[in-house]
Amino acid sequence: MAERKVIDARGSFCPGPLMELIAGIKMVGVGDEIEVLSSDKGSAGEIPQWLKKVGHEHLGTSEQDGIWHITVRRSK
Amino acid sequence: MPSSKIRIIVLSDKREALQMAGMVASVGAVSGHDVLVFVSMNALRYFRKDAAERAPAEGPMGRLMEEKKVMPFQDLFAHAVDLGGAKIHPCSMAVDVLGLQPGDLVAYMGEPMGLTQFLDEADDAQVWSF
Repeated sequence: MAERKVIDARGSFCPGPLMELIAGIKMVGVGDEIEVLSSDKGSAGEIPQWLKKVGHEHLGTSEQDGIWHITVRRSK
Repeated sequence: MPSSKIRIIVLSDKREALQMAGMVASVGAVSGHDVLVFVSMNALRYFRKDAAERAPAEGPMGRLMEEKKVMPFQDLFAHAVDLGGAKIHPCSMAVDVLGLQPGDLVAYMGEPMGLTQFLDEADDAQVWSF
C-alpha cells in the first residue's frame, strides 16, 4: 500500500518548495505519494516541470484559498 | 545522466545576484545538470564560516526578500550540493588575497580552483556569471 507524505512548504518562496519536495522524495519509497502544500504560485508551475524533466509522476494540482496542493508519485 | 554542463561564476556581493546564482545552481543541479560554481571577488567573503555580515540588497527586490525571509542564498548553494551533487569551488586567487586557510570556508565548498582549471571545466558548458 502506497504511503502519502505531506510536505508543508507554505510561506516558502521559489525554489524552496521544490527543494523541500526533492529532500522529501529521497525519504519515501518508489510508488509512494507526496502532497506539497505551497503558497507560492511560481512553485505550482515549477514543480510539475521538474517532475516531467526527471521522470516522477505528477498526479495533480489544485488550489484552495491561495494554497496549492501538488500531488506527486515517486516513480523510480 | 547529466543533460548538460552548467558553469556559474559568482562575483557579486549583492543579495539579488547571489540569490539568483544560488537558484540557478540548485535548480540546475536537481534537474540533472552537471553544475560547477566558481566563487571569487567580493562574493567569497559570504562563504566564510564566520561571515557575520549579510549581503546587502542592491535595490527594492533585495530588501523585500529580506523582509519576506526568502531562503538565504547560502542554503540554496547547500541544496545544490546536497540534493543535486553540484560542486562549488573558491577561486584560488581570491583565497590567497583574503589569506584564507583550509577550513575557513563553509563545509560544502571544495578545494580552491585556479582559472585555468575553471576555463577547462567551462568548455562546452552553459556559463552564467553573477
